[in-house]
Amino acid sequence: MERSLTHIALFAALIAVLGLVPKIDLAAGVPITAQSLGIMLCGTVLGARRGALAVLLFLALVALGLPLLSGGRGGLGVFASPSVGYLVGFPVAAFVTGWLMERTTLSVGLAAGLSAVIGGIGVLYVFGIIGMSVMLSKTLPEAAFLGMAFLPGDLLKAVIAGLVTQSLARMRPASLLSRA
Amino acid sequence: MLTLTSPVEIWAHRVPAGLKLALMAAATTGLFALATPLPLALALLATTALYATGGATFAWAGLHLLRPLWPFIVVVAAWHLWTGDLTGGAVVLLRMVCAVALANFVTMTTQLSKMLAVVQWLARPLRAIGLSPRSLALAVALTIRFIPVMLERTAQIRESWSARSPRRPRWRVLVPATLAALDDADRAAEALRARGGAA
Repeated sequence: MERSLTHIALFAALIAVLGLVPKIDLAAGVPITAQSLGIMLCGTVLGARRGALAVLLFLALVALGLPLLSGGRGGLGVFASPSVGYLVGFPVAAFVTGWLMERTTLSVGLAAGLSAVIGGIGVLYVFGIIGMSVMLSKTLPEAAFLGMAFLPGDLLKAVIAGLVTQSLARMRPASLLSRA
Repeated sequence: MLTLTSPVEIWAHRVPAGLKLALMAAATTGLFALATPLPLALALLATTALYATGGATFAWAGLHLLRPLWPFIVVVAAWHLWTGDLTGGAVVLLRMVCAVALANFVTMTTQLSKMLAVVQWLARPLRAIGLSPRSLALAVALTIRFIPVMLERTAQIRESWSARSPRRPRWRVLVPATLAALDDADRAAEALRARGGAA
């Protein structure tokens, strides 16, 4: 009970930190924030249920008025902005990522990377694109076109999520709750 | 930890948080029912007037909070100039700015504690699936407490990397940072249990 609670709270904090650290310089010259990487890690490390709860807790803090989204955004306004679809998709993305991670028997790094691609990109984009389509009154293909700008950066983040998860599994096998 | 609540106290700070949230939800639903530019422009004018009642400093801070919208404004404006559907573009942009500004107004005039009280009240039905409002409040407090701790430690990890290597750390700081978060979670859990548990 306590352990679940603190893991959820600490990973919610991790998502926030990854959005606040201005430049982790994930790869040379690519100006991306690591916030969605935090969503992926919630799934690959904590698993479906706890990962999704950590993301929900993070979103609750944003809604409460803390400027924790990348770029210092926060408050209720972000839930009325065109990116609301991505926010709604965050917990689902973490859940799907964790669910896949729990069920595959692939090696940890590969499983984490692939789960992050399917959950953290595929599922997240479906929500994000529907959100933009509704908020900006665009058709789905038009909204999808707008959303594709982030695809290269997100693919890179999925690879990093796989590498980080693999390193964690090697250093501290018991820490990987998604494979516990 | 900084919140987005405005340090300038205005009349709206004294309005109950639940009422403000309900009004905001109703207003946002209303905005989506409007499909022509004129009523939406009037709604934006009313929103501006709402901010103006808080004085210049407050209104300026409100404008500042709208800054993250500019990429959307540029894309939508360019799109509609290109397709020639200017009315549609005006509707989308006016509605977006107005809805976000209204939501920001609630955030700016509601203290974190009052917002948290509303969340706890809304979370009561979740008790049925084993989530007590108390552990929710505890989780929120833990997260808020640990964000600055983790920020500082991430900075330390980067510094010690720079001390050893001429290259920049890039993604490799994430492994020790995540590992430290997992360790913190275990230690905080032990501390909670020692103090009587979280339930």
